[in-house]
Amino acid sequence: MNVVTPFEGIGASVKRKEDLRFLSGRGQYTDDINRPGQTYAHILRSPHAHAAIKGIDTTAAKAMPGVVAIFTGADMQGIGGLPCGWQIHNKDGSPMAEPPHPVLAQGKVRFVGDAVAAVIATTRAAARDAAEAIEVEYEVLPAVATMEAALAPGAPAVHEGVAGNVCYDWHIGDPAVNAAAFQGAHKVVEFELVNNRLVPNAMEPRAAIGDFDPTTGDYTLYTTSQNPHVIRLLMGAFVLQLPEHKLRVVAPDVGGGFGSKIFHYAEEAIVTWAAGKIARPVKWTADRTESFVTDAHGRDHVTKARLALDAEGRFLALHVQTLANMGAYLSTFSTSVPTYLYATLLAGVYTTPTVYAEVKAVFTNTVPVDAYRGAGRPEATFLLERLVDVAAREMGMDRIEIRRRNFIPADAFPYQTPVALQYDSGDYEATLQEALKVSGWDGFEARRAEAKARGKLRGIGISTYLEACGIAPSAVVGALGARAGLYEVGTIRVHPTGSVTVLTGTHSHGQGHETTLAQLVTDRLGVPLAQVDIVHGDTAKIPFGMGTYGSRSLAVGGSAMVKAMDKIVAKARRIAAHLMEASVEDVEFDRGTFRVAGTDKTKSWGEICLTAYVPHNYPIEEIEPGLDETAFYDPKNFTYPGGCHICEVEIDPDTCQVEVVNFTAVDDVGRVINPMIVEGQVQGGVAQGIGQALLETAVYDESGQLLSASFMDYQMPRANDLPPVSVATHTTLCTHNPLGVKGCGEVGAIGSPPAVINAVVDALRDFGVRHIEMPATPAKIWGIIHAGQRLAAE
Amino acid sequence: MPQVTLTVNGTSHTVEVEGRTLLVELLREKLRLTGTHVGCDTSQCGACVVHVNGESVKSCTMLALQADGGEVTTIEGLAKPDGTLHPMQEAFREYHALQCGFCTPGMVMSAIDLVQKHPQGMSEKEIREGLEGNLCRCTGYHNIVKAIAAAQEVMHGRRAELAPAAE
Repeated sequence: MNVVTPFEGIGASVKRKEDLRFLSGRGQYTDDINRPGQTYAHILRSPHAHAAIKGIDTTAAKAMPGVVAIFTGADMQGIGGLPCGWQIHNKDGSPMAEPPHPVLAQGKVRFVGDAVAAVIATTRAAARDAAEAIEVEYEVLPAVATMEAALAPGAPAVHEGVAGNVCYDWHIGDPAVNAAAFQGAHKVVEFELVNNRLVPNAMEPRAAIGDFDPTTGDYTLYTTSQNPHVIRLLMGAFVLQLPEHKLRVVAPDVGGGFGSKIFHYAEEAIVTWAAGKIARPVKWTADRTESFVTDAHGRDHVTKARLALDAEGRFLALHVQTLANMGAYLSTFSTSVPTYLYATLLAGVYTTPTVYAEVKAVFTNTVPVDAYRGAGRPEATFLLERLVDVAAREMGMDRIEIRRRNFIPADAFPYQTPVALQYDSGDYEATLQEALKVSGWDGFEARRAEAKARGKLRGIGISTYLEACGIAPSAVVGALGARAGLYEVGTIRVHPTGSVTVLTGTHSHGQGHETTLAQLVTDRLGVPLAQVDIVHGDTAKIPFGMGTYGSRSLAVGGSAMVKAMDKIVAKARRIAAHLMEASVEDVEFDRGTFRVAGTDKTKSWGEICLTAYVPHNYPIEEIEPGLDETAFYDPKNFTYPGGCHICEVEIDPDTCQVEVVNFTAVDDVGRVINPMIVEGQVQGGVAQGIGQALLETAVYDESGQLLSASFMDYQMPRANDLPPVSVATHTTLCTHNPLGVKGCGEVGAIGSPPAVINAVVDALRDFGVRHIEMPATPAKIWGIIHAGQRLAAE
Repeated sequence: MPQVTLTVNGTSHTVEVEGRTLLVELLREKLRLTGTHVGCDTSQCGACVVHVNGESVKSCTMLALQADGGEVTTIEGLAKPDGTLHPMQEAFREYHALQCGFCTPGMVMSAIDLVQKHPQGMSEKEIREGLEGNLCRCTGYHNIVKAIAAAQEVMHGRRAELAPAAE
């Protein structure tokens, strides 16, 4: 066995093991897989936001060259609908409205992009050609494209039997206590804002291949998923009624997810079911336009908030009323996002003694909305951090001082909020101080003056935030309506010569698990990084798992691995004790070496592994051979990363273009395993946050057509839109998982949008602007500057 | 069906294609060179960039027939036969310039062409402007820009070896 350099363990910025594959074009994404005899599916989609299907004529299409089969809703009657994974209850205790979500439309379409028919042909082009020959007779119905339209009296119903298009009307907190706290307030700040609708746009479009072996009855689905076991569960148990042992789900290399690849989508069920029908593999790959109109969108909240303050600027109470767009159907985790991932975060980093939140979820004739990077927590953070800035201004207080005055102090943990969560650790003053220092906050006014001399409007903005991730304790989420457990699973397979294969239930789609998770093994077992491989994304290889989302891979999945390694070390120590004729209590293990305490008697990791598999001299009556272990880890609590983001912008008053000139992120993500990867995750998250704040938005017209349905219409951040981002970490350890980790995947997207908008509002402070909705486009800024100038002139 | 003859990564191929077959479809589906990716349908994302006769081309926007007689290099053809990476590949690894890896082949091919067209070297700003035709959703571009800045020094012979990333 090689001597292990500690440099590869926890805390080392080792280069990624997966990179060579991706850099050589040897990654294997779903669309790169081809099965013998494969056919291609093209999904015919609704061009209308709301219509009754009067008839579908496939006669001409079926006669087209290369067509193997055409399926419509009529063929899939009796197939289950796509399930929703989280049941929310109304204020009165009744369950939410949960209308059916058919795989192929049953008599009605409810958004542009709704699946109407599946054409299976021998080539992609043939399938597409045949789809154009299908005649669908639609009776176009009035559509509701916005929540405002959906909630208007007499609005058309998206679903029959769902009164007023309301999915649920939910609340959290004590309304009486909250109302009373407003009574004695020195000041009440009222504020309304929108959290703009986003399209996740992972660079790899979704794809799925269904395969069926008629001799065994085994189905295989290859799919672009963040959680193959969850897809197996949802599709197997609820949609196609296939038992787990007859359904294998493979999520190979996946080109980004950001939440959008968590959910079970219709196309996965269509290709799997169709493969069984025609006994040939069926591949479907979305084109980008199709992704825009079928991948679940994110955000889309409209919120009214009231914050009560005392004369010193202390927060007394917060009351929030939010409308959350669900789109046309309930996507897998859609219902949990504006409730347990949003309203429970409304205490933020502050000691606000009472928070009362009311959330109404609304059906509209638009693409379903679900989790997108941060999911609920960016919406809560944007609201709070804009509201605090507005309150500071209206109280005549400094923006930093009002935050400090309300921070949960570092010695107050564990801290119970009024909205269910108990924070285990954090130090908001420390991340604030570090960010103020790194950003040069104190020198800003000189930079503002210098910019002014150049004719530019310069502003600075801050956000102090926290989030809850590492999702999550099963008992807690179960009590709140989740229809699944949220533990994680790790198998550590120790080979006879000491190398290690890890089977993890989490999934990597850019996060670098093949490196970070291997570092955990190197650190704990002393096995060199090159001798540790991570396997993920295949239900046939991995015992079980709930996948990757909510920054849970390390906090939950990594902790499961630690538990499994603890079992291995315990067993290995017994084997070592036998070989060294010592008592097991006297055998110490440290990174690859077993030693009888206080002696020079040692055995190496390799010797113990070999002995476990070649048990010639072995206590066979007491210990089984082999050295593999599996552990399930169910966390005790969420984890609570937090930190401070500071953004500096310059606005050219002639073009009204916003340039982000400096961005500082100081985040507490708990223990850092690989600093290089953590920095990359924060950089990427901040890019998406800046995208939301300045560039991106999904736009529907009144009839329910998505106008921003291509990269020519939806403004993705490009290299030249973004600044270099300065990233630092300040660590307080998570107190309840064995690694002390919190999670870093979402902090960038959660903390950054309010910092950007606060900076834009600051830059425009002389123009009488209280708020600017995201994205802060040149058109909006032009309006503010010119209205402001008119104001000044009058 | 018409035939197209082209050289891909040094190997000559003659392939039957439809008139509408795109170069990227020929590479991915006929030659099974799946390192070149398709990320959009409007020629915006650059995941499909390859080199045709030494110039970067969005292979989703070129008909296979247009490449007849051409020399095509894809991501699979960049490293030397002994596995030694191209300096741009090496720089992407060193500077953590990729996460999910999907935009990476196109990004690397674009970056190489960009560097080759700027023998005098590029500033950070110029690199950012030069990446206008390539989208990445994971990295925020920060490390991609750093990798290209480091790779150009090696490609132009100003450094023998890649400058290591700071810890």
